[in-house]
Amino acid sequence: MTRAIGEQDYSNLAQDLLARAAKHGSTAADVMVADGETLSVQVRMGAVDRLTKAREKRLGLRVFFGQRSASASTSDFSRESLERFVGETCTLAQAVIEDPVSGLPEGSPYATEFPDLNIHDPTKLQTDQQIDLALRTERAAFDADSRITNSEGAECDSSSGRIILANSHGFLGHYANSSFSLSVSPIASDAAGMQRDYWYGVDRSFAKLESPEAIGKEATRRTVRKLGARKVATCCAPVVFDPEVAGSLLGHLCSALSGYALYKGASFLIGQLGAQIAPGFVTIYDDGRMPGGLGTRPFDGEGLPTRKQAVVERGRLTSYLLDTYSGKKLGLSSTGNASRSIGESPSAGPTNFYMVPGTTSPNDILTSVKRGLYVTDLIGFGINMVTGDYSRGASGFWIENGELAYPVEEITIAGNLKQMYANIETIGTDLVFRGRVACPTVKLAEMTIAGQ
Amino acid sequence: MAKDEAGALARFGVTDREIEQALGRVKLSTVDYADLYFEYCQSESVSMEEGIVKRATKSIGQGVGVRATAGEKTGFAYSDELTSKDLNIAAETARYIADSGHSTTPVSVTHRPSLARNLYPHDRPNIEVATPDRVALLNAIDAEARRYDPRIKNVMAAYNTEYKVMLVATSEGLMVGDIQPLSRLQVTCIAEENGNRQVGTFGGGGRIGLEYFQQNQRYLQFAREAAREAILNLSAVDAPAGVMPVVLGGGWPGILLHEAIGHGLEADFNRKKTSAFSSLLGKKVASEVCTIVDDGTLPFRRGSLNVDDEGTPTSRTVLIERGILRGYITDKLNARLMGIPVTGNGRRESYQSVVLPRMTNTFMLAGESDPQDIIRSVKKGLYAVSFGGGQVDITNGKFVFSASEAYLIEDGQVTKPVKGATLIGSGPEILKQVSMVGHNLKLDEGVGTCGKEGQSVPVGVGLPTIRIDEITVGGTKA
Repeated sequence: MTRAIGEQDYSNLAQDLLARAAKHGSTAADVMVADGETLSVQVRMGAVDRLTKAREKRLGLRVFFGQRSASASTSDFSRESLERFVGETCTLAQAVIEDPVSGLPEGSPYATEFPDLNIHDPTKLQTDQQIDLALRTERAAFDADSRITNSEGAECDSSSGRIILANSHGFLGHYANSSFSLSVSPIASDAAGMQRDYWYGVDRSFAKLESPEAIGKEATRRTVRKLGARKVATCCAPVVFDPEVAGSLLGHLCSALSGYALYKGASFLIGQLGAQIAPGFVTIYDDGRMPGGLGTRPFDGEGLPTRKQAVVERGRLTSYLLDTYSGKKLGLSSTGNASRSIGESPSAGPTNFYMVPGTTSPNDILTSVKRGLYVTDLIGFGINMVTGDYSRGASGFWIENGELAYPVEEITIAGNLKQMYANIETIGTDLVFRGRVACPTVKLAEMTIAGQ
Repeated sequence: MAKDEAGALARFGVTDREIEQALGRVKLSTVDYADLYFEYCQSESVSMEEGIVKRATKSIGQGVGVRATAGEKTGFAYSDELTSKDLNIAAETARYIADSGHSTTPVSVTHRPSLARNLYPHDRPNIEVATPDRVALLNAIDAEARRYDPRIKNVMAAYNTEYKVMLVATSEGLMVGDIQPLSRLQVTCIAEENGNRQVGTFGGGGRIGLEYFQQNQRYLQFAREAAREAILNLSAVDAPAGVMPVVLGGGWPGILLHEAIGHGLEADFNRKKTSAFSSLLGKKVASEVCTIVDDGTLPFRRGSLNVDDEGTPTSRTVLIERGILRGYITDKLNARLMGIPVTGNGRRESYQSVVLPRMTNTFMLAGESDPQDIIRSVKKGLYAVSFGGGQVDITNGKFVFSASEAYLIEDGQVTKPVKGATLIGSGPEILKQVSMVGHNLKLDEGVGTCGKEGQSVPVGVGLPTIRIDEITVGGTKA
């Protein structure tokens, strides 16, 4: 588990696989090799609960026989296994039907520059250091309020990895990345019952990770305020989404804008390119080159350069999220959004995807609501991507005269995503990246709230 | 099954001696329990869309997970290399949680039982179906769905198989292996009429092979069901919003049990007292017509296992008996810490993940009501027969699950189809609202995948037709 294999070795491995595939008769191929190591520490009630350490590697091969293709992956890199692996992948490809659109990107669209995007921090944390960080985070959560009586635990993870992509058109690229995260899930209780929430920090650079004290304190603030939650009466009212749940609305937008959903007829945004889908003050970017971003990478899953592009500009839909295949199906070019799991053919997805902040503070947004709902948690999968119909379990706070009156739970919010995007009324100033998709506080004019 | 176990060992290329030495390294005096879990898994998927079987993928993974538990602590490491050197490094890492010490005394693994039963005997070629046969099956599905109704504009289908060989060796001296096949066929149809587009899905499978799907051309039935749901949804009206009586159909709606009570009865949450059910053992949590079990011993079911991932034979555990909360589902760690029986529910997604107490097949036993009488008893409410996914917050007990096929009930009659809506309730309260249970217990088709701590495992659910007197329906029509 401590063997260090250099980029050179993996490049050679990739070239070797491409050569073997060609020998089996493939007309084109690409290879992706990834490896990484992870150290994960979970503590609970002041003691170590679980410690996980691993180093892993995997390679994926995609072969084309004319317009037939197949993909495969393996974790077994031994020479004799790989020979069999290439043979089986080639056999698989020859058994499927020809797809006239399939193939590697043609011409010379491939990434040629590999700038340093600040996505790899070589800091190696010691096990004891991670245990200490997790313990401090949990302690900070307990110290912040005496109503915290239990804990689902705190976790500190560090990981690093490398990706190498090579294809038979001569592309060869690689990059390394890292991730450090810290989270805690405290439990508060009172006579009425228990409530749990969590808070977290995640960054590609260890130095930029939020402090254990700040994370613990915020987790407790979010948890204790839920105590005493009740239902509200069924009604229609304005709904304010806190940034964590507002991000999920952008996540659904990404799914609907994926080229694959669009050409299959499985998206509620079919044929909307160029159309006004949100008010004029809404602008959304996808930026694959944002320094230090959790979705940042120099090239996409096909080797094409990533970029910054407006997806929604002043409310108008200006771009889908496309790789080469789904782009061709729609008569468009790739947008550099090929995402790729090892051993799968590409799909299309976001890099760093965010809504440009507005000019109203989150507090002023709440103040603007006479009667309505402030949503902090959503659960369930009640989203129909074909129609945009939306119905999810929610909890948060009831707003009366611009103030949070009491916590609410066991209610649902429902609407249709197309109308929800059109109904955005205000955007907050509070954009913070805690993942690949980020959104400030957002207020929607009205949704149906089902309660008692 | 001794032959399978030997076959499994040969596959991993690890000798008995290497296993006993690695166990010895991890099993210090301060370690309560340790195990090595070897896994080889090959999965294949062939999928079709736009009438073309255009995607075929294959994935091969193998490795070993080494685990040690001491008190409440778990140390865990895994490796995708199976040399004795890698085994020993993993063992050294896993024992980090033990206070100190060093041991090289091998643990002798002497108890090597043959499996007492085989719940899913299989022919390997029937699991690893030749690609051309999969292609033919998917092409026939496409044709059948389009024949069902010309408004079906696209058909997507995938046939996925998994062939998993596992071997677990424990510090108790137990070594047991199993071969766990898994197949699933999933069909999605998109219907379109005058710009209105709707989706319908149907799927099924289990620890079975191609012959299951070929029986009476069951795969064509899957195609027709997906097409029927998509066409039906073309005429769906807005779902109502608010509290009302809901009748759940049999089978997959049993996801209610999985979310509302199943997760809350997993031992880890109860040991940590983070579950809404933590103090309710022996208490009434459901109406008297409700008896609910978790049963990993049903032949060929998706959620079934001969032994769990700690080598414990699976069993049938009564969770709720005539409304009273009777038991939790456990793995070895939580059973030991809580002083309760091991139920054979210790499961892991792969060698890369730790064991957690997980459900197998969770269902409610049949009652005495006629399903038609149950529907007739509702003046105004919802009849939900098919669902998408669900989710639960263990701590406050609030759960949701989302209907994908539902109808209004008006004056005891099933009338218009309604658009999908999420149902939300409270786990410890909802089953008290169950007033009628049908005599028609039905298990689901074999599509369930349960997620917990980022790990996915196949599960089953089941339900007779039931009436829930009051639950919140999250439609748009207030």
